[in-house]
Amino acid sequence: LTAHGASDRSQQEGYNLSVPTGAERPRFRRPRILRSLTLLTAVIGLTAVGVGCGGGSGDDADQKIVIYSGREEEIVAPLLTQFTETTGIEVDVRYGKSSELAAQIAEEGANAPADVFFSQDAGALGSVSDQLAAIPQASLDRVEAGFRDPAGKWVGTSGRVRVVAFNPQKYTAEELPDDVLEYAKPEYAKHLGIAPTNASFQAFVTAMRMKHGDATTKKFLQDLKANGAKTFEGNRPIVEAIADGDVDLGLVNHYYLALVKAERPDATVENKFLAAGDPGALVNVAGVGILASGKNTDGAQKFVEFLLSDDGQKFYGTEAEENEYPLVAGIPPQEGLPPLESLTGEAYALGDLGKEEKATLQLITEAGLTS
Amino acid sequence: MRGRVGAGRRPPALVVIPAVAAVLLLLVPPVYLVIRSGFGDAWAVLGETETWRTVARTMWLVVGVSVGALVVGGSMAWLVARTDIPLRRVWAVAAVIPLAMPSFVAALALAGATGATGFLSRLSEALGFGRIERMEGYWGATLAIVMSTFPYVYLLTLAALRRIDPSQEEAARSLGRGPVGAFIVASLPQIRRGLAGGALLAGLYAISDFGAVSLMRYTTVTRAIFVRYESGFDRRPAAVLGLLLIAMTIIFLFIEARARGSVHVRSGPGARREPRRIALGRLRVPALIWTSLITAAFVVTPLGVMIYWIARGASNGTLDGMPWSAAITSVALAGSAALLTTLAALPVGVLAHRYRRPWTQGLERSGYAANALPGIVVGLALVFLGARYMPWLYQTFPLLVLAYLIRFFAEALSGVDTALASVNPRTEEAARSLGRSPVRVLGEVTLPQMRPGLVAAVMLVFLSVIKELPATALLLPTGARTLATEVWRKTTVGSYGAAALPALALVIVSLPFIAVAVREHVTEREDALPSAND
Repeated sequence: LTAHGASDRSQQEGYNLSVPTGAERPRFRRPRILRSLTLLTAVIGLTAVGVGCGGGSGDDADQKIVIYSGREEEIVAPLLTQFTETTGIEVDVRYGKSSELAAQIAEEGANAPADVFFSQDAGALGSVSDQLAAIPQASLDRVEAGFRDPAGKWVGTSGRVRVVAFNPQKYTAEELPDDVLEYAKPEYAKHLGIAPTNASFQAFVTAMRMKHGDATTKKFLQDLKANGAKTFEGNRPIVEAIADGDVDLGLVNHYYLALVKAERPDATVENKFLAAGDPGALVNVAGVGILASGKNTDGAQKFVEFLLSDDGQKFYGTEAEENEYPLVAGIPPQEGLPPLESLTGEAYALGDLGKEEKATLQLITEAGLTS
Repeated sequence: MRGRVGAGRRPPALVVIPAVAAVLLLLVPPVYLVIRSGFGDAWAVLGETETWRTVARTMWLVVGVSVGALVVGGSMAWLVARTDIPLRRVWAVAAVIPLAMPSFVAALALAGATGATGFLSRLSEALGFGRIERMEGYWGATLAIVMSTFPYVYLLTLAALRRIDPSQEEAARSLGRGPVGAFIVASLPQIRRGLAGGALLAGLYAISDFGAVSLMRYTTVTRAIFVRYESGFDRRPAAVLGLLLIAMTIIFLFIEARARGSVHVRSGPGARREPRRIALGRLRVPALIWTSLITAAFVVTPLGVMIYWIARGASNGTLDGMPWSAAITSVALAGSAALLTTLAALPVGVLAHRYRRPWTQGLERSGYAANALPGIVVGLALVFLGARYMPWLYQTFPLLVLAYLIRFFAEALSGVDTALASVNPRTEEAARSLGRSPVRVLGEVTLPQMRPGLVAAVMLVFLSVIKELPATALLLPTGARTLATEVWRKTTVGSYGAAALPALALVIVSLPFIAVAVREHVTEREDALPSAND
């Protein structure tokens, strides 16, 4: 444990200058330790080789795809099981934040081992679009043009709406403003929770820059900071904090309400949907892209096909704990949600959200919200 | 004289080659960072005010954590080793349990105990003191990291206190000092290195910590690297910040080396005696309150929060099953990494101790400089290198073990150093004179005597590996999971209840290893630990 081996040594020298005492009884043992070390090394070596082979995906490449999933395991695991049952293709999943996985794909470069990138938001897909292969037209055509990449590199699979979550004991939906800019005012901001390092928040800020320009957005962010908005690591902690009474309002995605209520049915939180077309009501998508460097392109295409099939889409309309909007026409969302058409007053170029992210992050950082 | 050991002999190639190879391996991450930063406009990040604010925040955290860990760990060690405080064994156990607690679990527990629904808040409200605000920012991060690092100060101080020479304190007393005064003038200087060593470990932990600062939303350089890295298009500034972080750590190591002070050794003849314990007298109650408070805050609270969450999850049916496979992966990974890292550090230590040359000393010092490589930097370096140039090794367990080896080399080396320092070179010389080859002497004479120290080193590296997060998250084979990544994944999606079970499992799995490490390191049976006495 000691960090000072070197000086312990000099101390030891001091001891050795003295006459050897009764306490100094070096014991000779049989070199058992040498044998056990050899044995251990052998065991480690064998284990390493064993797990190394197990970890590799070389065994049956046709029947297996590697998915980098920015979608949470708790949410998508049933969907993936359904995929394997339907197609017989096994999945090997790496879970993480979408932005982390996008960065990892970029860092891996031409050898990126994933077949599919299943992302929480369009921005992360846009940021690696150079490494994505074209999605078959039949799959692209399943969703509206606004919810897919114009270049055909990725396609949306479900929709999420930015909302204001609030404590119904403190506010009613009617009295809360319909324009997100209002929430930077002191009377709201000091009760407000935000997640500045979260991709959905950053996408919302980018949408605000598209609609209102950088100057207004910068002022909005600075006001949030100055007026005491509390920062959180993600959307769900904000909703939990509202339920806990730590804050009363939060800029979040709509489905966190359902997630928190599943665990805490009597949580006092509700969603306020802002005016259609307001950046605070941005409709973003979770989506999927096929890696050009993947080994199983065929399996990857089947996966995309499955996600956009009626069965894959009904998952969001019925059983998904995360009650996102299905994007394929004719599949209704879960109960209690306003229809998607009533929220998309203005289409934002979702693929551009990612490209603008650097400038957005710069604004957020300058406003002092990431520290 | 130890300095002459091996002076005229050439070190055997069987020792030199692995030692040089191990140290070369440590150069991979900094070389990667230099290449990755690209010598271009990415360096502009060093001109931004926000960068320097982040540096200042990091330094504040280091100061806060070092001081906090010194106060908590140092006082616990002194009370346990040198006073007649009641329930000594209880406090001794309480002070090492947090070794099993990664900083992000500590942070999670703190956040869960405070705020509107935290049980500490509820207790405080019931007692009429009002709500305790949710822990966050500087104080939250400091407290969380102190919680997981004060055992290092405790252990090092305890070891130092155990080998203290009581004669100087007795001399001070005979010159009219009271018991506490005598301790301060005579014994404190003798344990200064133990304290400084503990503070160093705590400070290093704070510099490279990723989990607690993220949960507490306190942006240090380590977290800034991650935020830059995952922000998509330009990852070069992250590499520049990585180099900045290494530079900061090296400066910190340098300052600490100067602050360590001179060494006091006992040089008189005769056997060392146990120092007498100080009678606390009227201070007994305040001392008990202090140890109880620390135990309540740093051991009972976090465990309580986890158990509370697990119970809540069990009652509303959201509890996942036991993370068995993650636990097995964690133990297997940490076990093989700890053994391999200690094995890799062994030749470097042997060269530096037994074949003293400028180059062997330089090799050892480079080994210690590896302390400056935070997990995130090691992880990123091996993602880049692995995916691009060794795709057959990328995202396999061996590459992850290699990452741990680089990350925790310095820790293993210090364990090897301590173990080697406890071996009397004359026994080796005797074996040599009887015709044994240097390598056989190493195996038959040196290693057996090093055993307790080596076991402690392996256990402590094990504990560090099992808690490691950033490199693990980046390099773990797709589909595999460890307890640490499970806790983190569930925490970041805000599912605290679900995070509690793997977090508790992580603590429980680590406890036996702590027990062994502590017993080998500061055992009561002093004859089993040559390094703790003369």
